[in-house]
Amino acid sequence: MWRDARLVAGKDLRVELRSRVATNQVVPFAVLVLILFAFALDPDRGALARAAAGLFWVTVLFSAVLAIQRSFAIEADDAARDSLRMSGLDGAGIFLGKAAAVALELLVLEAVLAVGVVVLYNVSLHDGALLLLVCLLATVGIAASGIVYGVVAAGLRVSDTLLPLLVLPVLTPVLLAATRASEAALATVPGDAWPWVRLLAVFATIYTVFGVVAFGPLLEEA
Amino acid sequence: MLGHDLRSDRRAVRRRVGLLGHASGLYDDLTVEDNLRFAARAAGHPVAAAGEAMVRLGLDGRLRQVRVGRLSAGQRRRTAVAAVVARQPEVWLLDEPHAGLDAAGRDLLDSIVAEAAAGGATVILASHELERATGLATRRLLVVGGRVIDGVLTPGPDPERPRADVVA
Repeated sequence: MWRDARLVAGKDLRVELRSRVATNQVVPFAVLVLILFAFALDPDRGALARAAAGLFWVTVLFSAVLAIQRSFAIEADDAARDSLRMSGLDGAGIFLGKAAAVALELLVLEAVLAVGVVVLYNVSLHDGALLLLVCLLATVGIAASGIVYGVVAAGLRVSDTLLPLLVLPVLTPVLLAATRASEAALATVPGDAWPWVRLLAVFATIYTVFGVVAFGPLLEEA
Repeated sequence: MLGHDLRSDRRAVRRRVGLLGHASGLYDDLTVEDNLRFAARAAGHPVAAAGEAMVRLGLDGRLRQVRVGRLSAGQRRRTAVAAVVARQPEVWLLDEPHAGLDAAGRDLLDSIVAEAAAGGATVILASHELERATGLATRRLLVVGGRVIDGVLTPGPDPERPRADVVA
């Protein structure tokens, strides 16, 4: 399973490196959303700083939908998905590989967005280690659940429009918990982060285990 | 199939099967070499199998580092054949394998199929090109409207071992 996961993750990341869709489209899209929020909420009144954590995670979620769609779009052409299905790779390994590739892309994106939030929204970092932990757990949860729903939508003609409708409601707990915990890490709103961190850990664990078990059968039907 | 129950152990069978359909099953954004390395490793073989397949199909020159999305239809088809070769399958499932290949490519494919059958692999080949396919086969099934209307052993490359089947 782990060998297959490394193989699939390496393949997906190599596709992104060669096509540069993530760097030329997803990252600029995310930065653009951050800038639009900055225009929409006047920074002089402090609204941006108070809402920074929520805006950061909303931007991450929108960008994650694009990254997940992309993860399955690369297998949509010329029956590459059939080829992957027939390759003999372990379904759990394919799930872990695709989720790892998406998670790595999102972590890079989050690093870029974090710099953007500090620069554009005038916030400072209070607890860097906590923010890093929140980003890791939330990203694993987003990637794992996204890949599960991505394969459900992959075989449908309306997959591009269906995926956000499937994924975004499911990710509401992640948005809520990551925002509350990030507010504590940024000290923009006082509060205890650890209950929210635990919620992120539970969500990530549930969807990772579910994906390992269910992805293979779901891929067969896609 | 191959000593495994298809209902409970598909994965073990799939690792030992090579499928060439109408579509190539390749990744457009990856190079020829990337695609073949992935195909070889997915079947559990070392990346050297990809190199051998590239040499066998004449893809080891400048085409090696070209993205599949930039190949011509014939080069793309050669790469798809190479991906099957890189998997070193025990069962070859070939659906109209000659389609899209030039004359040299078609002859090369025939020699690869004959080598695979001679090496002990089972090759099932579906084709509308009866003359070419029958020359390769030890057994031919003529299918019309979903029904087998003729099934004969033909004087193929190894009549003692009827392994290369042709469905026309």
